[in-house]
Amino acid sequence: MRWRRARERLIETLIRLSGFSAIAIVMLIFVFLLKEGVALFRTVPLGEFLTGQRWYPISEPPGFGVFPLICGSLLVTIGAAMLSVPLGIASALFISEIARGWMKELLKAGIELFAAIPSVVLGFIGMTLLAPLIRQAFHVPTGLTALTGSITLAFMAMPTIVSITEDALTAVPRGYREAAMALGATRWQMMVRVLLPAAGSGIVAAVMLGIGRVIGETMAVMMVTGNAAVIPHTMLQPVRTLTATIAAEMGETVRGSDHYFALFAIGIVLFVITFVVNLIADRFLHREQR
Amino acid sequence: MDPATRRVQAADRQWRRAELIQRVAFALLFIATLLVALASVLVMGLILIRGAPWLSWEFLTTMPARGMRAGGIFPAIVGTLELIGLTVVFALPMGVAAAIYLTEYARDNWMNRFIRLAIVNLSGVPSVVYGLFGLGLFVIFCRFGTSLLAGALTLAIMTLPVIITASEEALRSVPQSFREVSHSLGASRWQTVRHAVLPFAVPGIMTGTILGISRAAGETAPILFTVAAFYVPRLPHSVFDQAMALPYHLYVLSTQIPNIPQAHRYGTALVLLLLVLSLNVLAVVLRARFRRKRQW
Repeated sequence: MRWRRARERLIETLIRLSGFSAIAIVMLIFVFLLKEGVALFRTVPLGEFLTGQRWYPISEPPGFGVFPLICGSLLVTIGAAMLSVPLGIASALFISEIARGWMKELLKAGIELFAAIPSVVLGFIGMTLLAPLIRQAFHVPTGLTALTGSITLAFMAMPTIVSITEDALTAVPRGYREAAMALGATRWQMMVRVLLPAAGSGIVAAVMLGIGRVIGETMAVMMVTGNAAVIPHTMLQPVRTLTATIAAEMGETVRGSDHYFALFAIGIVLFVITFVVNLIADRFLHREQR
Repeated sequence: MDPATRRVQAADRQWRRAELIQRVAFALLFIATLLVALASVLVMGLILIRGAPWLSWEFLTTMPARGMRAGGIFPAIVGTLELIGLTVVFALPMGVAAAIYLTEYARDNWMNRFIRLAIVNLSGVPSVVYGLFGLGLFVIFCRFGTSLLAGALTLAIMTLPVIITASEEALRSVPQSFREVSHSLGASRWQTVRHAVLPFAVPGIMTGTILGISRAAGETAPILFTVAAFYVPRLPHSVFDQAMALPYHLYVLSTQIPNIPQAHRYGTALVLLLLVLSLNVLAVVLRARFRRKRQW
């Protein structure tokens, strides 16, 4: 009996510890990024790091300005959002309000399958299929551009946006729909003027989560954007994102060098950005529930 | 024409216009949806059509040859399987325990809201940042080196939020009365969890775990600096060895190795896709079967 007590106490302690592990891990991630990344700021001030326009980590003198990379990430993300947000919301409307029966299930499955495709595979398809198309369509020297990245990433954000928007639409009470229809609205008027506003905060959350996914995406974006660390002026230019920089350069750095520290510092920037984006998304999701 | 008729006609015109707008809008919505759904069919169909002819027993079971331009992808397949096996071993117990804590033990206070917030954020951390973290903590700080162990731990941490969320949902769907009956029979809290709650949540936990693992299997960025080897001529002997992995191998083949038959790349992509999709299908089938069998 006493044995069993002791064993139970042990198990319950382990369970409690596991419960707190999530916090511990988030803190550990932050601590380790800081530990390796902050060392950079001894040689390169934070302001210069964020606004510097030269990212030449291995030339002499080295440049550790991540501004071009931030621009690259922003451009690709905005492009992806412009494609995936309207398409995603439209698909969610169609699937939740118009499609019925087997068609609904089929479309849902088709879109959810996208979420399952690994990002290297999408990157590979983007490289071999989309890039030549873009090169021919716009007569540019290379098909590996910000636009190619945006299109690839738009499809990666789509499943998130569609499924969360659909949840939000489904959560709108039946009475809202019935009331609108009873007032003589067409179904389309009902969707635009009642459904979308009622599901508004859920849709905002869906968009934020989709964007969070796009900003953090690494492999596909590295394979299709051409990786040129310059401030982009058009969508048809190669760019380099924050994530791709880490992935592409970490293998070639010397541990403990400024370059190595700089890559961790980029990690801090990414961590902070996605943290904020997710926090906002979470706020909006919970507003929905209340 | 009297004003009443005119009003009726005006209303009629307005209604017709609204109907027309609706028809156009619905058509556009349909096209948008089709575009998205068709794109996924296109991507998968293409990989299947171009990759399938390249698949052979030899491709699956031999080592790469001639600078990876020929031969098979055996070590990459083995590496990925070992990696996800280890990931489950680390992530599953911890994830389920955390979910049990959140559903069965925790009260709704600030500490637990904090935990939930941490989980939400954990699921949003970019995969490459997990890679940096794994490099900093497991490879360097813990001195595991670039190894299966470091990579599996990194992937486990990345998979944790998925497993916790799914397990929580599974545990919550077990009716409260099960717990009440167990308590009324004199069972302790742990006994209740162990015998009256957990067994009924197993299918849900399994579904979530498989989905989490399928994502981990396809991830490249977290293993880039923690496990992945460009090329290792032999299979890993222990968890401290480097290993090849399918997603990284596909990346290497498509960006670092010129003059390679395109079909070789498609074949590799197909194997990875099949592995990930079959895990997904398994999860969906499990969920469907469980829903049908559920008796409460």
